[in-house]
Amino acid sequence: MLGFFRSFYCTNDTTCEEDSPNIYYQKESTSQRVIQEADSKVEPYNMGNFDNDPTSLYSVKGIVILDQDGNRVIGKYFDHAAFGTTKEQKAFEKSMFQKTSRNSSAEILLLDGVTCIYRSNVDLYMYVLGSSRENELILESVLNCLYDAISTVLRKNVEKKALVDAMDTCILILDEICDEGIIMETDPQAVVQRCALKGDEVMFSDQSFSQVGMSFIESANKQFKWSLLK
Amino acid sequence: MSSGGKGKAAMKRDKKDEEASGNIYANLDKTSVLQEARAFNETPINARKCSLILTKLLYIISQGEQIGRTEATEAFFAVTKLWQSKDANLRRLVYIVVKDLSTISDDVIIVTSSLTKDMTGREDIYRPAAIRALCRITDTGMLQTIERYMKQAIVDRNGAVASAALVSSTHLMKKSAEVVRRWANEVQESVSSDNHMVQYHALGLLYHIRVNDRLAVNKLVQKFSKNSLKSPYAICYLIRIAARLLEEDDQADSAIFTFIESCLRHKSEMVVYEAASAIVSLPNITASELSPAITVLQLFCSSPKAALRFAAVRTLNKVSIKHPNSVMSCNVDLEKLISDSNRSIATLAITTLLKTGRECTVEKLMTQISGFVNEISDEFKIVVVDAIRSLCGRYPKKHTVMLPFLAKMLRNDGSYDYKKAIVDTVIAIIEENPEAKGTGLAYLCEFIEDCEHETLSTRVLHLLGREAPRTNNPSSYIRYIYNRVILEKSKVRAAAVTALAKFGAQCVDLRESIKVLLKRCLLDSDDEVRDRATFYLNMLTTAPPTVISNFLLDGLQVSPSGLERAVLEYLRGNSFASPFDLKVVPVTSQPLSQPQKRVPTIDEALEAPKPAKKEPYAEKLAAIPDFAALGPLFKSSPRTALTESVAEYTVHLIKHTFANSVVLEFDCKNTLNDQLLLDVSIEVEDPEQEWTPRLSIPIQKLPYGEAQSSYIVLDFPDSGSISGTLAATLKFKVMDVDPTTGEPDSEDTYDDTYVLEEVDIAVSDSVQGFSKTSFNPAWDALTDETEREETFQLSSVSSIPEAVKKISEILGLAPCERSDRVPEGKTQHTTFLSGIFRGGFEVLAKATVAIDPHDNSINMNILIRSAEQVVVDLVVSAIV
Repeated sequence: MLGFFRSFYCTNDTTCEEDSPNIYYQKESTSQRVIQEADSKVEPYNMGNFDNDPTSLYSVKGIVILDQDGNRVIGKYFDHAAFGTTKEQKAFEKSMFQKTSRNSSAEILLLDGVTCIYRSNVDLYMYVLGSSRENELILESVLNCLYDAISTVLRKNVEKKALVDAMDTCILILDEICDEGIIMETDPQAVVQRCALKGDEVMFSDQSFSQVGMSFIESANKQFKWSLLK
Repeated sequence: MSSGGKGKAAMKRDKKDEEASGNIYANLDKTSVLQEARAFNETPINARKCSLILTKLLYIISQGEQIGRTEATEAFFAVTKLWQSKDANLRRLVYIVVKDLSTISDDVIIVTSSLTKDMTGREDIYRPAAIRALCRITDTGMLQTIERYMKQAIVDRNGAVASAALVSSTHLMKKSAEVVRRWANEVQESVSSDNHMVQYHALGLLYHIRVNDRLAVNKLVQKFSKNSLKSPYAICYLIRIAARLLEEDDQADSAIFTFIESCLRHKSEMVVYEAASAIVSLPNITASELSPAITVLQLFCSSPKAALRFAAVRTLNKVSIKHPNSVMSCNVDLEKLISDSNRSIATLAITTLLKTGRECTVEKLMTQISGFVNEISDEFKIVVVDAIRSLCGRYPKKHTVMLPFLAKMLRNDGSYDYKKAIVDTVIAIIEENPEAKGTGLAYLCEFIEDCEHETLSTRVLHLLGREAPRTNNPSSYIRYIYNRVILEKSKVRAAAVTALAKFGAQCVDLRESIKVLLKRCLLDSDDEVRDRATFYLNMLTTAPPTVISNFLLDGLQVSPSGLERAVLEYLRGNSFASPFDLKVVPVTSQPLSQPQKRVPTIDEALEAPKPAKKEPYAEKLAAIPDFAALGPLFKSSPRTALTESVAEYTVHLIKHTFANSVVLEFDCKNTLNDQLLLDVSIEVEDPEQEWTPRLSIPIQKLPYGEAQSSYIVLDFPDSGSISGTLAATLKFKVMDVDPTTGEPDSEDTYDDTYVLEEVDIAVSDSVQGFSKTSFNPAWDALTDETEREETFQLSSVSSIPEAVKKISEILGLAPCERSDRVPEGKTQHTTFLSGIFRGGFEVLAKATVAIDPHDNSINMNILIRSAEQVVVDLVVSAIV
């Protein structure tokens, strides 16, 4: 009887249609694993309500800076529900980078229900991620602040090498712009001021003309030496 | 493109640099960084060196490195030594490290006093960071000791300090809301600060403090809407609060709406957009109220800023679902955006246009799309395909344009997901629109001739087996199917064999030729294909029509988990004298495997599909030993209320039908916080004395706010009746308790009763509907000996679709072959219904509904067939 029953079962081709039962169970087990992973994770300090409550102050899901190969230079995620594990974060960064590196003029992208606003310069890609219900212009103001603050600190030399050299200041900038997803400050001047700068990192605008001239000559000198060495 | 060239040059230089000096962060390793952290203990502190180590530590944390609890605690204690240093940069990094380690390290509270000192100190550069770090490590008890400082910080003249205090308080609202609420006065004061961000943070916190007090929120909006706010962020936030007020309250103050509308003329684009997006999402908005917002969004569509264009199109896309007519005025601007360099914007523009497009513009739109469809990525193409699908649903007549378009897309190269989306769409069109069936099937046949995806081939073959035999010329499809048997892999061959068999089962005149084809498959190299061919050949040659229709045409209509359990029980029983009886397996109205409905990507990204519930009650009932003897569960009714939803005690009823009994499950909930209910039971009484309760399971104890279930078991009466109306009363003992603690005031109790609405047991409780994929063969297989015919007038319904729905509800039968869909404007319609009667008897019905054009009265003629005369009579008793 059971033998008959088996072949009877096989006649039902709906099983071949999309998900055979086996695949279905496999899927279930992966989702279970994800849940276990989430359980074993350290309880994050603060779970902001990013997506559902329109009156939530938590508007930035994450700020990421990637290099030209899509590797993370600095990154901070605030939405622990959507980006709980490093694996999820890396996967998201990968697909985000694939979509943005080819078309760098586009500036904005909707990916998996996350609004990604970005800006690139030389070998750096800066992203601000927000919920899809969030006002895009608010997110854009965060990105502009990030870019301008970093640009001021790096003396308009926004590229990976310079950023890595000023890593500590850039970490401070990120911290000043956003606290656990709440936007702290969007004025780049204020952000730069609040980051305790080392003595030699004076802002470009504050330098006297002669200083600018000096540093210009100095860098020209370096360039010259460099070309001789080649 | 110059940036690309520059990028490459930079990369070259970078590589050289890295070789020469090395990127110090490139290959950091957790252990060595933690090892280096020991340098923090050295005196005097080398600020530069320590800063670098801290940066390295922060870097590896930001890269997602997991640090263990012991390691983190060790590092944390080392870091506390750095408070001795006066170096500003180092100190700032220390605060960040404290925050980052606070969740993974033990005993973080030891730095409380150092942080409190920094927070109240004179150095402005430390104060904000110290406040943020302190609030991160503190708990409710400790918070009270720094309360005074927090209040001072909130109104501090330094914007950074005030913002830090306000944002930290917002975080604290989650765990110590009571304490933060006490700071409302200070928060309110700082809303009028000069600093923009402070305004925003203060307003946000103030709203969260007042959120439960509607009157206070109303006042708050009214007060600040009178131009006292300067920060665009604060105004955006105020718009959100105002919009929420309007959403929740029907009779909201019109001044609130006026405020939002006035923001459309604000000088900041951010505020203008926020206002427009708030207006379009309001419920019950009129077209005239909508138009200024739409005009603003239309202007934004031609902005040079991508973010603004994106925001505008996304919002218009959202509006187009509810108010397609209002968006139509923007169609010209949207058409320009189709060629936008930003793919997200172009996609949104297309989907919006497809939603708002009128029937006459469809052709034009399709030509536009076909102009660029080859240049875009597969992912984008899928969005277009989804949009076409929704358009087909709205304008079924346009299938003559859509299908050739889709067929062309199908012929081009593409990924599996892309092809699948197209096949899904074609199948959806075929299923929804009978007129498109012939053309659609022809395109799919052409597609499987050259298809590299097995899954799609089997899918199409399954569809052909189901739909093609019912077309005018079924034999024309056989060639395509048999070609698959010759050319394809085993999985596709097996599916093709099944499809062939279905032709044989449904088209008697083709049966002989099908048998010839099946015979050729008997020598196939694959087991599965051979097995199927043998099985089908045997069935088609020897089996009677009933068996053919049951086994070849209809799938197995059992619930998978129920089947699993039944088979397990059978095997455990170890008595194989009697064969396994499929009738004991509970049937389900859902097919064994349901193809997932793919959600179109952009517009419904937020609505996650809900997982289908599987036998929600079976396990719960199986846990009660008294019910073990009742056998497997046949059907559970939907949950119905027996009380008003605002009553003191609410009771919901679920009827569970077993082979010979009905179990009434009463979900009782006590909503009085000063009462504890004991011995809660339900008494039912049948005025006709037919139904008598055999067993009653009371609830021992029902405290406030909890929901528990009481059960009653009724056996089906010997008289053969399967319906009845029973009076129900809730009986219980009341013990008065203290509302706050829940402790009983005294041991005294008193009896009380509460009258519930009547419990109806209907015929539909004994019938489980399931829809057959091919009705007619099954109908013909049952002879008309047992048929009953009834004609009657329906007075309670006014339209044909309503009548069809009603009859299927009353009988508990499910409509087959989508015959419940009534084409508009028809005066007569026939519905096919099928289901299983308790005990495993199949019941089929044909119901013809007609509307009388003169007096709009509705008449129904129904034919019911089943193998058993008794069953037919019982089912008929439901309607006469």
